[in-house]
Amino acid sequence: MNIISSDLWSPYVVGIGIGILIWLGFIFSNKAIGCSTAYARTSGMAERAVRGKKVEEKPYYKKFVPEIDWEWMLVLGIVVGSLISSLLSGSFRLETVPLIWQNTFGSSQILRFIGALIGGLLLGFGARMAGGCTSGHGLSGTSQLSVGSWLAFIFFFIGGISTALLLYGGI
Amino acid sequence: MLKELYNKKRKQLFLGFLIGVAFGFLLDRGGATDFNIIVNQLLLRDFRVLKIIFTAIITGMIGVHIIVRYLPPELQPKPCQWKPIIIGGLIFGVGFAVLGLCPGTAAGAMGTGAIHAIFGVIGMLLGAGIFASVYTYIEDFMAESDLGPVTIPESLEINKWWIILVFSIILAAIMFFLESAGF
Repeated sequence: MNIISSDLWSPYVVGIGIGILIWLGFIFSNKAIGCSTAYARTSGMAERAVRGKKVEEKPYYKKFVPEIDWEWMLVLGIVVGSLISSLLSGSFRLETVPLIWQNTFGSSQILRFIGALIGGLLLGFGARMAGGCTSGHGLSGTSQLSVGSWLAFIFFFIGGISTALLLYGGI
Repeated sequence: MLKELYNKKRKQLFLGFLIGVAFGFLLDRGGATDFNIIVNQLLLRDFRVLKIIFTAIITGMIGVHIIVRYLPPELQPKPCQWKPIIIGGLIFGVGFAVLGLCPGTAAGAMGTGAIHAIFGVIGMLLGAGIFASVYTYIEDFMAESDLGPVTIPESLEINKWWIILVFSIILAAIMFFLESAGF
């Protein structure tokens, strides 16, 4: 089996690889891998482009300054990395309505785009309220044995599993 | 030497990018950039995503604690604001199921050609922006239940290596059980 073109790797190999990336982030950058602050900063940058400098006065943007930082570059890197991976494996394809969504809600693209927008909105809001996402809490925070991160990780999945069962599980 | 590297802004941005590229590559190879794989995990039909996360936690947990013992970095646990974590976590979970991706994997899904993930990303920008706007009003609520950046070994007053050992065994046992049950 060719490892470069093989579509899916063992989850254990992938998990060990991601664990090692957590080490590298700590060693070379003194940073814990996380993704959701990049969205908050980008949102601030977009709002500043429209409404001007006064946006920086918002207390939240004093804590998370709207600028391109390490995590922002990390998220950009994720887009590039998965693009490279999917091109090499041949799994790259334009997807508008994923299969399970289609089986539940039909093949309307508009409906899926609205659903994705609403899902994203809840993710963005929830992540900033909880102080992190599946990466910042779920991988880096849990690895540091942070109490809050384990709590967040558990509630991400409680919310996710119950909603998925209601939406797609035919319950 | 490492401490000097932490202050080199351009090099750090490049390092963040490189780690991101590797992260995105691994997420895609793990299947985590695929809506169907994530939703099947949330439907408890396929446990690939949890296996990735659990293995990453075991690897990360052991490595990070060795790193902070011998190298300059220190642990940086986030504050345990338990009320916003529970409420925000549940809101996040609902979004997780509806979008079928999370902030990191949605970025990855865009890279694999998922057009719908672009709408997810726009939604996340809006959601984060709305949070920034209402933050002033809920700042007190956020701070009210803040227990500080506590870790499990600190709060239980047990040596961290015992906790790491026990957690690794529990997570490995869950994965072993899943494999034996045919997942």
